[in-house]
Amino acid sequence: MNSAVSVTDLHVERGGLVVLPSVTLRIEAGSVTGLLGPSGCGKTTLLRCLVGVQRIASGEVSVLGLPAGSAPLRSKVGYVTQAPSVYQDLSVEENLRYFAAVLGAPRGDVARVIELVGLTGRERDLVARLSGGQRARVSLAAALLGTPELLILDEPTVGLDPVLRRDLWDLFHRLADTGVTFVVSSHVMDEASRCDQLLLMREGRIIAADSPQALLAETGAADIESAFLTLVSAEQRTQA
Amino acid sequence: MSAVRTIATARRVLTQLRHDPRTIALLLVVPCVLMTLLKYMFDGEPAVFDHTGAPLLGIFPLIVMFLITSVATLRERTSGTLERLLTMPLAKLDLLLGYALAFGLLALVQALVVFGLTLGPLGLTVAGPTWLLFLVALANGLLGTALGLFVSAFAATEFQAVQFLPAFILPQFLLCGLFASRDSMAPVLRWISDVLPLSYAVEAMNRLTAESGVSSLIVRDLFILAGCAVLALALGAATLRRRSA
Repeated sequence: MNSAVSVTDLHVERGGLVVLPSVTLRIEAGSVTGLLGPSGCGKTTLLRCLVGVQRIASGEVSVLGLPAGSAPLRSKVGYVTQAPSVYQDLSVEENLRYFAAVLGAPRGDVARVIELVGLTGRERDLVARLSGGQRARVSLAAALLGTPELLILDEPTVGLDPVLRRDLWDLFHRLADTGVTFVVSSHVMDEASRCDQLLLMREGRIIAADSPQALLAETGAADIESAFLTLVSAEQRTQA
Repeated sequence: MSAVRTIATARRVLTQLRHDPRTIALLLVVPCVLMTLLKYMFDGEPAVFDHTGAPLLGIFPLIVMFLITSVATLRERTSGTLERLLTMPLAKLDLLLGYALAFGLLALVQALVVFGLTLGPLGLTVAGPTWLLFLVALANGLLGTALGLFVSAFAATEFQAVQFLPAFILPQFLLCGLFASRDSMAPVLRWISDVLPLSYAVEAMNRLTAESGVSSLIVRDLFILAGCAVLALALGAATLRRRSA
């Protein structure tokens, strides 16, 4: 298996609290991996470690064969934060044109990514005047500029219309088929079925890492939410 | 560092401003109104207008650029765009110089309008060459931008950022020699004013009002202002971290 991400014994503390006690995981290149877990379980901190913006206490995070956050990765790893990080006082096109220049992406790329996220016709609108979902898509579009090899998306589909959500997941899979690796976090368990691989997370620990089908088979649960509950109670029994 | 990314950043900052015409209007109109006010305050004493007006021409760009930059960069920090940029192949210097370029340009446009009014219709007389007046205004604008970039790192909200103006600029304003000659201050204050950049901004403007030609002391003042701007930019760069806790 060719891994795009490999994390070993990652330990992270924030403000004196242990957020990630010891995380070890591997993510296959060209896959769509879902990082699922309740709000506050450490998903964002883990994603920040993969991007290389999080200060870590110990452990190793390797991305595309290099230490996370190293300079050559800056044009290969796209990161979309939970809150859209784009300029409110610029239009959709002006935002993307700037990020394209920073990434060294060709000019035509702006129109391409606007179409990919379904914002054609809104190019000249100020981001401040868009809806929350549209803003999130501008932020996503910025991460698609250039030729990213790994895309780290923090709750990209929250609050979106179901049709749009389906379209975005289709887009992730289409791009994954060309070799792009996706790590997508969500606190909504029903997005699990759209992923090739799942990482279930609770209280800073990965409690399961497998395909959705394998997890359902292993736990005998009908859906991922029940599988999650089964795994948690099994774990509590072994601890007791 | 890359020229393309620096220029793209400057263009982006100016485009943001272009979408905010009211700010641009305030930037240009407020100093003009204040200078007009000053002119007619000293209606019977044109000499007083000459020697208080010129230092003010140096102080406007510094204060205005300080305010605008500290709020703009604070927004960049709180909106997550700064974090995004730092995950991209953008050198910290590209970002800092991009801001300096954009706001330096703005300082020049402001100087053009305000000097046009003050030296023209308001009749302020300055002995030194006009281009040097612009150079001092530019240096002050850049210094304001650099200081704004630096202090924005210590503000978590816009409220705090705005408070840095009275905290950071007002003491310099009092000690810069505009209200009382620096020689007549208590020795400790005199020493403090010696290391504050605004003192040199005012000194340069005072020399320009009094002396024709380019004296070596004005050149020294300009170098001190530029040196302070570079120092503040370097300190600002140190506050940009690719990794945070």
